[in-house]
Amino acid sequence: MTVTFLGMPADRPFPRNAARAVRNSQLRFNLRKATRTIRARRASVVAEAPDWAELREAGRAIKEHTLRNLDRYLVQLEEAVTAAGGHVHWAADAAEANRIVAGLVKATGETEVVKVKSMATQEIGLNEALREQGITAYETDLAELIVQLGDDRPSHILVPAIHRNRAEIREIFSEHMSGWGRPAPGDLTDDPAALAEAARLHLRERFLKTKVAISGANFAIAETGTMVVLESEGNGRMCLTLPRTLISVVGIEKVLPTWRDLEVFLQLLPRSSTGERMNPYTSMWTGAVEGQEFHLVLLDNGRTRVLADEVGRQTLRCIRCSACLNVCPVYERTGGHAYGSVYPGPIGAILTPQLRGMGSELDRSLPYASSLCGACYEVCPVAIDIPSVLVELRARARHPWAERAGMAAAGWVFERSGRLARLQRAGGRLRGLVPRRLPGPLAGWTDTRDLPEVPKESFREWWDRTDGGRR
Amino acid sequence: MRVALFVTCVNDTLFPDTGRAVVRLLRRLGVEADFPRAQTCCGQMHFNTGYRDEAVRLARRGVAALRGYDAVVVPSGSCAAMIREQYPKLAGPSGPFADAVARLVPRTYELTEFLIDVLGVTDVGAYFPHRVTYHSTCHSLRGVHLGDRPLTLLRQVKGLELVPLPGAEECCGFGGTFALKNADVSAAMCADKARAVLDTGAEVLCAADNSCLMHIGGMLRRQKSGVRVMHLAEILCSTETAGAR
Repeated sequence: MTVTFLGMPADRPFPRNAARAVRNSQLRFNLRKATRTIRARRASVVAEAPDWAELREAGRAIKEHTLRNLDRYLVQLEEAVTAAGGHVHWAADAAEANRIVAGLVKATGETEVVKVKSMATQEIGLNEALREQGITAYETDLAELIVQLGDDRPSHILVPAIHRNRAEIREIFSEHMSGWGRPAPGDLTDDPAALAEAARLHLRERFLKTKVAISGANFAIAETGTMVVLESEGNGRMCLTLPRTLISVVGIEKVLPTWRDLEVFLQLLPRSSTGERMNPYTSMWTGAVEGQEFHLVLLDNGRTRVLADEVGRQTLRCIRCSACLNVCPVYERTGGHAYGSVYPGPIGAILTPQLRGMGSELDRSLPYASSLCGACYEVCPVAIDIPSVLVELRARARHPWAERAGMAAAGWVFERSGRLARLQRAGGRLRGLVPRRLPGPLAGWTDTRDLPEVPKESFREWWDRTDGGRR
Repeated sequence: MRVALFVTCVNDTLFPDTGRAVVRLLRRLGVEADFPRAQTCCGQMHFNTGYRDEAVRLARRGVAALRGYDAVVVPSGSCAAMIREQYPKLAGPSGPFADAVARLVPRTYELTEFLIDVLGVTDVGAYFPHRVTYHSTCHSLRGVHLGDRPLTLLRQVKGLELVPLPGAEECCGFGGTFALKNADVSAAMCADKARAVLDTGAEVLCAADNSCLMHIGGMLRRQKSGVRVMHLAEILCSTETAGAR
């Protein structure tokens, strides 16, 4: 199986990354504040939609139908985009997509591109691939700009700089803006309005002089060939309208059959992601207008393999809203970097190991990065049963030998009630000998928590001795 | 009505007080529960950790042990959810095991469901003069959907002062083997939960799951906080004449 690249190095297992993250109190504070704010906003706008359950079911059903007929809808999309004057390219993996995009940029003779916030281009590591070809990609989403200027990695799907507070952002702008274009003003404060103004001036210059733009798309309508991008800042629309050449890299699962299907998703997505009834900017374009060129790069990069999996394929319904990240108690404590992929949180824990396979220690550890509390499933606008997929992936993972031995021993004891009873009696007799601290992997419990006292008599023994309390 | 108690392996082995409390509480309400001796573990630990074959073997044993009863009472939201939500998936669409699971699932009740939905009682005649807060464990909340049943029962307990737990619906970080495999994150979640409990000023933290209580209680005890953890059944069993234990 080829290794699918997901925009981040995957060297250490999740628990080790997480251990480092939970000890960073600034990160814990930033994340707690940010996720709780978005979580509350989402809850309030979802609560006011009386038909939320029906919308969610409709979203699930439309995506399910589309995925089952993806071959047909993708060809229909290609025909519609081509008929409207666009060019369609097919990319089997990250390397091919990067090669196509770099070739298209080079053909324009330009060496600079502006980018609309896009998960697909991060997934394939497009910026790095373009840099190798002498092309500089400028991120124009405010949060992506912060990440790029700080030579950092995104830690959230929707709010990639969620791990940064405004003091850190002021430092990043002051130090690094000058290296990328118009510098930040010398007297820059950490007032949000001042930070936004510095970014606005910096980006405005960039928009006006760049001839090529690269985007992703939230939705691609097969019926009409229309691309749809939802955003908050208007910077995306600058990229989508000003440059002469527009290249959109879109995962094949982003297709919707008809224009009308947007009715459902334009309600589900903003409420689930930013906690807004409607996002400020929804840009739609069909093919190319006169004087401009439009290229659509349809990206597989492991998706067909996921689609073939009976349990895992529901993962492809994801519309990248990040509601699951914002309610996840694990994500809230670790942040996104611990997941070693551009897709963090609960959705990342099921998407990454499916796209990339479970060859590395990190990817094998991701399905375990959850307490299975179920909060993610509850908020998912397309009803992806994330806990069930996690458990399915766990069943396919290779387990460490000590754990296998422990599980086999427990299974053997539970196989016969007599064995359990004998173990309980032995435990009751030896109860004074249980140490306060346990060795090996069990120390993870006793480092911070006391063990429960072993009772003198199990329930079973009590029942037998007293005839269920009647004696 | 033939009623079986599925006490769960955790309660059987580590928290027999909870099992005794369920037996006595049901007896007080006129129900003589049977304890099928062949029962052991529902298989949730194996299932959730990715050991499906062992989980299926334990599920088959569990289903056989609980056969023939009109109702099965489980003093654990988590183990009740395992039976109701996961057994049908493990059993598949047809065959004798699937048939047995299909008979068992609608007869399986978490304790508070059995009290309110089957027996129709909300006041169980309990007396517990303490300040209590309730943690709605994840599988009670999102697995078997207990809703406000536990709170309804607690509100009727004489002498009990119920204080709300901020963020009660958030996971405590137990998650079975998660507490060992991701010990640092688990402990961080537990620390936040423990602080929320202490902020309420409650003397007792109760829940419908002893596994989560073992986790939070283990940290509260390590911190020498003085807050006790108790299964909901033990509070409901307490009366003016007899203590919980």
